[in-house]
Amino acid sequence: MQNNTQNTSSGMSLIVKTVARILAGMIMLYGIYIVAHGHLTPGGGFAGGVIIAGSFILLYLAYGATAADSDKRKWYASLCESLGIFGFWIVAILGLVFGTYFLFNIFAKGTPFHLFSAGIIPVCNVAIGVEVAGALVGIFITFAAVKLLERK
Amino acid sequence: MIDLYIWIGLMIIGAIVALEAPDLISAVISLGVCGFSLVFIFLRLHAPDLAIVQIIVETLSLIILIAAVLRTTREDTQERLSLQKVALWLGGLFFMTVFMLSAYRIAHEMSRFGHPLLRMAASYLDMGLMKTGAANLVAAVILDFRAYDTLGEATVLFTSVIGVMAVLRAVGRKKRGG
Repeated sequence: MQNNTQNTSSGMSLIVKTVARILAGMIMLYGIYIVAHGHLTPGGGFAGGVIIAGSFILLYLAYGATAADSDKRKWYASLCESLGIFGFWIVAILGLVFGTYFLFNIFAKGTPFHLFSAGIIPVCNVAIGVEVAGALVGIFITFAAVKLLERK
Repeated sequence: MIDLYIWIGLMIIGAIVALEAPDLISAVISLGVCGFSLVFIFLRLHAPDLAIVQIIVETLSLIILIAAVLRTTREDTQERLSLQKVALWLGGLFFMTVFMLSAYRIAHEMSRFGHPLLRMAASYLDMGLMKTGAANLVAAVILDFRAYDTLGEATVLFTSVIGVMAVLRAVGRKKRGG
C-alpha cells in the first residue's frame, strides 16, 4: 500500500492506462447522450454532467496526480462551470424579457418525443451538464494540486 | 414489497457497520453497500433518474473517500470514553423515543404510500406533456414547473465549488508552522 501511494504521481500500470484511455471516450459519449436526451429519457443535466466528469476523473486516476495538475486545465474547468451557470441564468432572464415571467418557456415546444422539443428544457439541461462537469473536474484537479503541494 | 424491506435492512446494516468498523477501509466499503442498496430501492420504486445520479455520485464519493483513507490512516482514532458513550446512548435513546412517538401519531394521518396528498401531482401527470412538451415528466417538473429550485440548486453548486477552489488554491499559501 505504501508503494501504491508513492506511485500515484506517475500513474498506474500500462494496462490500466490503456483501458482507461479506451473507455474514457465511451463514458463521455454516454454522458453527452444522457444530457441531450434528458427531456426524453431518464437522466438530465446533473446525471449526465457527473458522468462526463467521471470520464475525465478516470483518466486522471489512471495517469496520476502530476498529469491532472495543470493551471490551464483548472482554468478550462472553471470556465466551463461559469459558462454553464451563466447560460442557465441567461435563459431564465430571457423568459422575463421576451415572455411573461422569469424562467418562462420562450422557445417553441415542437413535437413531443423528438430530440428538439420541450422548449427551454434541453437548453437548461445542457447548461447544467456543462456546469456540473466543469465543477467536479475542477474540484478533482484542485485536490490533486493540493496533494502534490503537500508532498513537496 | 418484501424485497424493498430487504434492501432497507441491508442499508441499515451497512450504516451500522460503517460506524462501528475499526478499519476505515471496511467502513468506507460498508458506506458503499448502504449507497448502492439505495440505488436498488430507487429502481424498485420506478425512479431511474435518481438511480443514475445515485450510482455515479456514490462511485465518485467512494473513490474520493478511499483516496482520503489511503493518504491518512486506516485505523479509527475514535476515543472511547465511557461517560461520553453513556451520554451518547442516552441522547440517542431519548431522540428515538420522541421520534417514534411522533412518527406513530403522524403515520396515521398520512395518506397511503404512492398516493400523494397534494392534488397538484395529478395535474402534473395529466398536463405535463401537453404544457411543456417534455416526454420525461421528471425533467418537466424540475426544469419547468419547479425550475426555480433547479436554478437555485445549480447556483449553490457553483458557489460551493468556487469556495473550494478559493480555499484550496496554491497561490498565496503559507507553509505550516512558518
